[in-house]
Amino acid sequence: MSAHLTVVKRQPRRAKLWRIGLYVFLTAMALLWLVPVGGAIYASLRPYGETQKLGLFSLPKSFTIQNYKDAWTEGGMSRAFGNTMFIVIPSLILILAFSSAMAFAVSRFSWRFNVTLLLIFTAGNLLPAQVIFQPLFQMFKAMPWPDFLSDTNTGDLLGTKIAVIIIHVAFQTGFCTFVLSNYMKTIPKELGEAAMVDGASVVRQFFQIIMPLCRPALAALATLEFTWLYNDFFWGVVLLNQGAERPITSSIANLGGQFFLNDNLIAAASMIIAVPTLAVYLALQRHFISGLTLGASKG
Amino acid sequence: MSTEVTTAPRKGRRRRYSQLSRRDKIALGLFVGVPTAVHIMFVWVPAISTVLLSFTKWDGLKLGTWKLIGFKNYWAVFTVFDGKFFPAFFNNIILLVFLSVCSAIGVLFAYLLDKNIRGSPIYQSIYYMPVVLSLAVVGFIWKGVMWSPRQGLFNVILGRTAQGDQIDWVGNAEKIFTFHIPGLDAPLGLSKNFAALLIAIAWRHIGYVMVLYLAGLKSVDPSLREAAAIDGCNEWQAFRRVVFPVMKPINVVVFVITVIEALRAFDIIFALKKPPGTQVLGILVRDNLVGEGGGQVGLGSTYGVVLLLLCLVFIIWYLVNNYRENEA
Repeated sequence: MSAHLTVVKRQPRRAKLWRIGLYVFLTAMALLWLVPVGGAIYASLRPYGETQKLGLFSLPKSFTIQNYKDAWTEGGMSRAFGNTMFIVIPSLILILAFSSAMAFAVSRFSWRFNVTLLLIFTAGNLLPAQVIFQPLFQMFKAMPWPDFLSDTNTGDLLGTKIAVIIIHVAFQTGFCTFVLSNYMKTIPKELGEAAMVDGASVVRQFFQIIMPLCRPALAALATLEFTWLYNDFFWGVVLLNQGAERPITSSIANLGGQFFLNDNLIAAASMIIAVPTLAVYLALQRHFISGLTLGASKG
Repeated sequence: MSTEVTTAPRKGRRRRYSQLSRRDKIALGLFVGVPTAVHIMFVWVPAISTVLLSFTKWDGLKLGTWKLIGFKNYWAVFTVFDGKFFPAFFNNIILLVFLSVCSAIGVLFAYLLDKNIRGSPIYQSIYYMPVVLSLAVVGFIWKGVMWSPRQGLFNVILGRTAQGDQIDWVGNAEKIFTFHIPGLDAPLGLSKNFAALLIAIAWRHIGYVMVLYLAGLKSVDPSLREAAAIDGCNEWQAFRRVVFPVMKPINVVVFVITVIEALRAFDIIFALKKPPGTQVLGILVRDNLVGEGGGQVGLGSTYGVVLLLLCLVFIIWYLVNNYRENEA
């Protein structure tokens, strides 16, 4: 009895200490987590001559945006951003269109190969890109493509941004189908049945009943996929061998010379590349988390 | 009872399916057919072709000029004379072990943040922030800020910024530890620059796992923990015996993500111009594509097949888990 009482008494004080320790730990880790990006912003705004003498983590004497100007022009970034948009926007639209159509068909109608198809899509999405890369490279090389539709003069798909779009769509549709079909399963079957009874066609059911209800999932996926496509480095590097064709993230592979000597220029370049995804993340954080959660837990 | 309940709607479903008009069937066919065709054509056909090409010798210049050579590529890859495969493979293994530790740390962060922390969303945003950056950009940021020999944080903290005394974190391929495997020409080991890369990778990976896990923790029924507390479980027992088993679906996802990330590693190493000592399998696949007098498509594909076999085990395990749950 008495033992029980002492336990109850001791608990709050110990718990309090424990909680303080917890906050100290979490805050310390959070500060540590901010060092690389914070340091990059700080470095990018300072002249290299100064930090070279005083070190990066010294008090500033002067600030400059010259690093950003240099990074932008020397890195050919306006063109690279254009390439990124040319690849990301069509890919994103096609991925969402394909995966919602696919998810609609497999989750709202029951027929024999539903599960098999979902398995194929999910498994395909998990394959490392390097596994399929060698043959894919040869396939694109063998596929004719008129030169006037691309900036390369080889007459085939290899080296064109179209090839990158195709592989993004083929790859990412798997993940989005998985997420959307789980989401669509949670929509009551009766909704579709009622529409059927009223004589609505399948296409109409898709566009007017299911798609509007999937808006939250689509928003979450669009946010998530935007950053994934934007952040793609591998396909941009291996399929686009001409540096000028590469999207912004892959264009890191082109940077050389100055970029390997001047650390503040490196910091400025990485901040320019990081800003779009960071901005999307800070603005649409809710969608981000829900997109990941939808993908991880099955509804 | 359950059989009656499940058979009844199934009959209805079948009837409804036949009620679909011709146009509806065509529409559904297209809905499924087009994405499936694209996916199979550009993901599964290449995946299978990788396996086929690994049995050939081909410079990749002209279709049809490949020569079947059986298992010779595999022989070349696994023999001691190649000298490329095992260091790369070992780095992948180190990465896998390391990422598993990071995943555990991510789980710990999620667990702590789940304790009614004030300002929890802010902590979450900060920990998750690196995840929205490409690993290539992460490498670049760290190169400028953390690893820079002259002014980077690591050398500043260690007081090694003086000329001649600097540590080159990206370029230093000295081994931290090595061990010898009988039959291999060179000893295997972890080089210093790869260890430096690992820290940057951890920075990104921990937040990823944390967010996934935290979402799962929030959906754990609180009465389970109460019951565990009443039964006298301490914190660790409650997590190990109650929360962790309930979280199985998320555990599987986290595990598969960890393995796949370890196997597909490429971006950060390639963005830093492939410093010696940091080679991984993903880089070898790409490097054999082109070379003097054409590429070595067969050899490159063989590395690809090794990767495929390694990850297929985990993918199948994941699918079996998923599939069972969908059935239940």
